[in-house]
Amino acid sequence: MNDAVYTQLLDLACGAFLLAAVVVLWLRQLASIVRVFALQGVALAAVAALLGTYDRRWEVLAVATGIGVLRAGLLPLLMRRALTALAPAPGHPYEEDVSEARETEPLVNVAASLLSAALLTLLAYAVARPLVELNPTPATRALPVGLAVVLIGFFTLVTRRRALAQVVGFLLLDNGITATAFLAASGVPLIVELGVSFDVLLAVLVLRILTTRMRAAFGGTGLDDMRELSDR
Amino acid sequence: MTHALTTALLTAPVAGPLLASAAYAARRRPARAAGGPAAWLGLLSPLTILLCGAALAVTVPAHGAATAYGRMLRADALSVWMLLAIGAVATLACAASPGYLAREDADPPTVRRYHVLVHAFLAAMSAAVLAANLGVLWTAIEATTILTAFLVGHRRTRACVEAAWKYVVICSAGIALAFLGTVLLYYAARQAGISEASALDWPALAARADRLDPAVVRLGTGLVVLGFGAKAGLAPLHAWLPDAYGQAPAPVAALMSGVLSSVAFTGLLRYKVIADAALGSGYTRVLLAGLALLTLALAAALLLGQRDHQRMLAYSSMEHMALIALGAAVGTPLAAVAVLLHILGHGLAKTVAFCASGHIVRLRGTSRIGRVRGLLAEAPALGTAFALAVIALLGLPPFALFAAELGLARAGFAAGPYCAAALAAALALVLTSFAALGIRTARMLLGPPPGGRPPVRLGAVAGLPLAAGLLGCAALGTATGPLTRLLTAAAAIIGGH
Repeated sequence: MNDAVYTQLLDLACGAFLLAAVVVLWLRQLASIVRVFALQGVALAAVAALLGTYDRRWEVLAVATGIGVLRAGLLPLLMRRALTALAPAPGHPYEEDVSEARETEPLVNVAASLLSAALLTLLAYAVARPLVELNPTPATRALPVGLAVVLIGFFTLVTRRRALAQVVGFLLLDNGITATAFLAASGVPLIVELGVSFDVLLAVLVLRILTTRMRAAFGGTGLDDMRELSDR
Repeated sequence: MTHALTTALLTAPVAGPLLASAAYAARRRPARAAGGPAAWLGLLSPLTILLCGAALAVTVPAHGAATAYGRMLRADALSVWMLLAIGAVATLACAASPGYLAREDADPPTVRRYHVLVHAFLAAMSAAVLAANLGVLWTAIEATTILTAFLVGHRRTRACVEAAWKYVVICSAGIALAFLGTVLLYYAARQAGISEASALDWPALAARADRLDPAVVRLGTGLVVLGFGAKAGLAPLHAWLPDAYGQAPAPVAALMSGVLSSVAFTGLLRYKVIADAALGSGYTRVLLAGLALLTLALAAALLLGQRDHQRMLAYSSMEHMALIALGAAVGTPLAAVAVLLHILGHGLAKTVAFCASGHIVRLRGTSRIGRVRGLLAEAPALGTAFALAVIALLGLPPFALFAAELGLARAGFAAGPYCAAALAAALALVLTSFAALGIRTARMLLGPPPGGRPPVRLGAVAGLPLAAGLLGCAALGTATGPLTRLLTAAAAIIGGH
């Protein structure tokens, strides 16, 4: 693979990766959000695979496969299962109204969210300047994309009021960090990558069980219903 | 010391609790009674940690850091000090557990899950202090979040589910920032020509930190301080803390407040060593002192209006973690000794306070301060234990926190005008918290007993851990005795400049 093709493919994958994060902010149906999240996982695995192929480091390719399986397969599958578990029985009289499948009332509306995503991306480019200057290669020049997805993930986490939308925000954050690790240094050592992936998987499992309990205790997964604990 | 013995001493603190956890998980038919003799087997794993810590406390200051498994596990004086803290607090908490479970009238599956998770949690904390690799350290700390999630939410009530959700989301997201910081540090290390195998290895990084790119290290350290700060209970990502400590079972709250927060903070101190070598100590000093003052202000404000005694103790934990952070910001050898003494003293005193608070909730059926009156008259032993624990937390002699806070004040006022100014501000905030905590505790303790019932006895089984914790805290405040060499060696690691 020559340098020009490599750079273009890498930029394409990074572009898709960032776009997926923005589309998550734009969508409201949780099922579609999970689908886009899976696509982002594919883009992330592609970034890792490109880096591995270019440097001819086959262990990076193996890690890329693992990342693809986890982030484009397993995690979206868990999220979809959680969604079906939360959906009301078909034929429920208020099927549309009580639907758990939509992010109905984000704290920031969609237009403002998209604008914020643009601002966060600019911020990521500003913050990442010393990182790029340290070693300007095609990979590190795309590094701000990873940071931008981290910031967008944080933004999703803070502004969305459905439990599962928050989980997606957490996973975006995590995808962004993994992308940063790959673009900066072809990924962290294998043992750390394994530990981190395992922790993320377990965290999502824990959050999934907690959403089920939340539904049992509060009758829904809207986070604004949780007002039991305060200092007054 | 032979290699095999070192390996055993470094393995046991992680493997022992893991085995205990597996044993509880494998037991098909758990004993019906939560307080049966089998429940006391749970003391074996914290005692293993404590004994290994004690053995290492003899050898490490004399022979230097011990390593095992090709430098995967490494115990220097700081790790050993933290192992002792984990062992001591966990022994008290595990000794209080059978009593707690018996009072809760928990069904066998709940009891089993409780033990499985608590021992796995202990293993994760030991792994976090013994890991030489910063990535492994991060993994272990994130594992503690996952393992304690269901301990916080063990009762499945609305309040418990809410607390558990906030805890997992805020801590996982916060600590993810710390991982991003670690990744940036790894990038800086690789660019500085450090090999892939040792680019996250703490001793290697600390030795060659002056070669790292300052701009990247600055960004990474900021993220790490925010991230591990979230887990240690420092502002701005502290919102999970009062809810989680308030809802968790009393022994678990003691473990989380007493050691987990300081384990996370020692993780932060490891990064601080690297950052100070790469950037000079000014950057982390400003960052930590700023966060510490913000946390102190928040804790003082929320203590003033507090009506719940478990949340009161939670905010007091934030106050103490902020003081520890302030000590780390000052950074002189005396301040470092004060930080370590504060960690152990706070762990012991807070364990006693949370366990006593759990007994009070059981006795009165509420954690509202307003509904707990005349505790000293109704339950003299319990009231005394709670009173002494709060006195220890207020930083009065003879307890260890008095020595620690005195050391911090002396170090801070000697370290230059800015440190002195920060310390003066901190002192004003601490006095506010002091008054709030003192007045509320006095309200709970004094007054006539309700309904003229006969005094309630605490019992030896419940009273022994409380007494042991208070005695330990007082002894530590009087003299560090055989721990002095270890303390100086550990302080040299974090206050090396």
